[in-house]
Amino acid sequence: MKKFNSIIRRITHIPLFLPLLCLFLVLIVNLIQTPSFFKITIQNGVFYGYIIDIINRSSGLIILAVGMTLVAASSAGADISVGAVSALCGAVCVASLGTGDVYQMPYIVSVLLAILIGVICGIINGFLVSYMKVQPMVATLILFTAGRGIAQLVTGSFILYVKPKQFGYLGAFLPKVPIPTPCFVAAVVVIITWLVLKKTSLGMYIQAVGINSKASRLVGLNSKMIIFLTYIFCGVCAAVAGLISVSRTMSIDANNVGLFVELDAILAVAIGGNSLSGGKFSLMGSVIGAITIQALTTTLYAMHVSADQLPLYKAIVVIIIVALQSPVVKKWYRNLRSKVSTVEPVKEVG
Amino acid sequence: MVLRRVLFRRGDNMAAGNEILTMRRITKNFLGVRALNNVDFTLRANEIHALMGENGAGKSTLIKVLTGAEEFESGEIRIAGINQPVINHSPQEAQINGISTVYQEVNLCPNLSVAENFFIGRELKKFGVIDWKTMNKKAKKAFDDLSINIDVTLTLDNYSVAIQQMVAIARAVDISSKVLILDEPTSSLDDSEVEKLFSLMRKLRDRGIGIIFVTHFLEQVYAVCDRITVLRNGELVGEYAVENLPRLQLVARMMGKEFDDLAAVKRERSEGAVSDPVTVIEAKGLGCTGKIKSFDLSISKGDVIGLSGLLGSGRSELARAMYGADKADSGELEMNSKKLNIRSPLDAMQAGMAFLPENRKEEGIIADLSVRENIILALQAQRGIFRLISKKDQEEFTDKYIDILKIKTSDRETPVKNLSGGNQQKVILARWLLTNPDFLILDEPTRGIDVGTKTEIQRLVVSLAEQGKAVMFISSEIEEMLRTCSRMVVMRDCSKVGELSGDEITQDNIMKAIAGGGSV
Repeated sequence: MKKFNSIIRRITHIPLFLPLLCLFLVLIVNLIQTPSFFKITIQNGVFYGYIIDIINRSSGLIILAVGMTLVAASSAGADISVGAVSALCGAVCVASLGTGDVYQMPYIVSVLLAILIGVICGIINGFLVSYMKVQPMVATLILFTAGRGIAQLVTGSFILYVKPKQFGYLGAFLPKVPIPTPCFVAAVVVIITWLVLKKTSLGMYIQAVGINSKASRLVGLNSKMIIFLTYIFCGVCAAVAGLISVSRTMSIDANNVGLFVELDAILAVAIGGNSLSGGKFSLMGSVIGAITIQALTTTLYAMHVSADQLPLYKAIVVIIIVALQSPVVKKWYRNLRSKVSTVEPVKEVG
Repeated sequence: MVLRRVLFRRGDNMAAGNEILTMRRITKNFLGVRALNNVDFTLRANEIHALMGENGAGKSTLIKVLTGAEEFESGEIRIAGINQPVINHSPQEAQINGISTVYQEVNLCPNLSVAENFFIGRELKKFGVIDWKTMNKKAKKAFDDLSINIDVTLTLDNYSVAIQQMVAIARAVDISSKVLILDEPTSSLDDSEVEKLFSLMRKLRDRGIGIIFVTHFLEQVYAVCDRITVLRNGELVGEYAVENLPRLQLVARMMGKEFDDLAAVKRERSEGAVSDPVTVIEAKGLGCTGKIKSFDLSISKGDVIGLSGLLGSGRSELARAMYGADKADSGELEMNSKKLNIRSPLDAMQAGMAFLPENRKEEGIIADLSVRENIILALQAQRGIFRLISKKDQEEFTDKYIDILKIKTSDRETPVKNLSGGNQQKVILARWLLTNPDFLILDEPTRGIDVGTKTEIQRLVVSLAEQGKAVMFISSEIEEMLRTCSRMVVMRDCSKVGELSGDEITQDNIMKAIAGGGSV
């Protein structure tokens, strides 16, 4: 019993225990329900299977969640415009490449252009939040509504298709590579972000500003600039996610690209055990959160839940996951544990 | 009757007989540190009982245990009229059991009326709707009974903090009225407000309420309290009647040593190297519209310059203008004979300034970050984003200052919010000492800090000056500044009105200068 307790304690003290547990639980359900879930086969020279699908589909969300994590940490708010910004950046990319048999301009220029648009959107959001002191939700609401409108202007309200098949590489597979490209992109984004936070003092600055921006300013941190930067970064993440998204479908439908994805991104941050009220954060938590959300979606599809009913089931599971991590449940759990492991020294009053 | 029986069974000292609250052998561990060790505390009806001790002595923990904000490991709490030991699991439960607490920061709604605040959460209803008339009438009567003259229909923010506090007290007493805990209620009040609060406290005492009064101000203990319980390092030192414990004795008990240190802080250095003062920083006509009028000020190596003046006289504003916390819009600043252009605190830091702000919680500590991160933050900001201080250096620096300043923390990775106020202040001092500044601004560094740490900080200030640093020291306690400062700047109405040095620095002179010279 004692040994069991100490094992339990050691396990529960692993960082990110709860987010990992949630992901684990979601996957366990599959093991029971859909035994073929974990099967990975090779078809047409690429890996194929539910697991691959989860990793592939969650890539965009991971990228958005990384940006969202930093925004939430520094400004105690969320950037709800990421979906619209994704659509806009995707639209710019597609429109600049044109619908002809060959690209109108080099692909790389078009990608950079899209990222530039992401940066500009980030600048708008960041400027409003940090320098104008508009609440993040309100500030980003502007692009949330305007973003898709601008995207429609860019595409002339049409759904545009790109013909050269290289365009699909980013969202699907590179020739002779069996692993989906978005996985690499997500990994690169996460690793770069992680390295920057680890190797510079930016990570600590972001936390400090998120916890107490007044005190941070007095120790010489440029609080406004730091918040500003996180929004720009979030804009870039949105642009990258948008590029992947348009590449998947080889087209841009400004009304549907990245629709409601901002909510999933916020959720990923929360499921990762991060506070949305600023301060301490865990990048890996958000990544796991993003994978959990996609795993959940894929699981439900594998269980033949129809797309219309999906949000309902998803919501139910999300409620459970979030409640599991709430401070109230954590406290309750701690109490339970201390009651099990020690003899209660004080008698309860009835 | 019930109470008497309970006490009898317990077989404790029955001398006083009218205990309304007894805490016995309370023990509480907090993050591996024993916060309370077998502490006894007894409160009687009709008494104001001071709970004294340095920061970290266990006062707050004892209060938290009592009010259910924290759990405790062992011990027993008994309340008069309740037949069995009581464990409160929340402040609400404590309130039901007759224990109410009023904190320094008033937890009421400023935009609701006084009467609404008085009845908040227990509104009077008639036919299912709120009965404003009766509520206002009852509230009015409750305040009249306590001689608080107040219009209950106005919103709370019309009134000063002092009145708001009294509203909170009146409300607490109206809900449940056996034990009233006042936690540092006087920190933000001026003298006349404190006096009003005291008369309210006496009135409540005479009604049979037992009041626990937590404060750092020794004079106030002697002005209003009947009994004193002293804690030190989580243990009970003793319980005393006020008349049996002279002030010096009290301080000695709190600090755990015989008390001759405080007077000894006074620096001897003034005889020393004053021969050739080297100016560190010089302000010429510096000013900030709406905050501080233009002033000239020059501070030399080894100077401890005090800023005295009433609250709101511009003391902090002067300091903030020099540091760039508020951007100065006129005049110029020279440091080490170089002209400075300060646009932000970072510029001031790069020039060699350090600034410990007045409000520790809001502007000083970064609560959720660890002691280590809080300490290295300023140095890191000076070095910039890309030159990260190595983990090893960070730990080394932190350990060094934990050692030098005797910061009490279980670990260098403990979030700074878990430290007591005095230790948090030391962390901020460590943060600045690490940047090795030439000019330190300390705005109320000893506020809300126990006597022992206060003395330590005063000593530190003097020794920093001896090392050739220039220090600006702001405090509301004139005595403290008399002890540490070599020069004194007097502030009034947002402008600098005078400067005293050497033998001129006496309480009388300062008072006169603050009051405005010839007018009296």
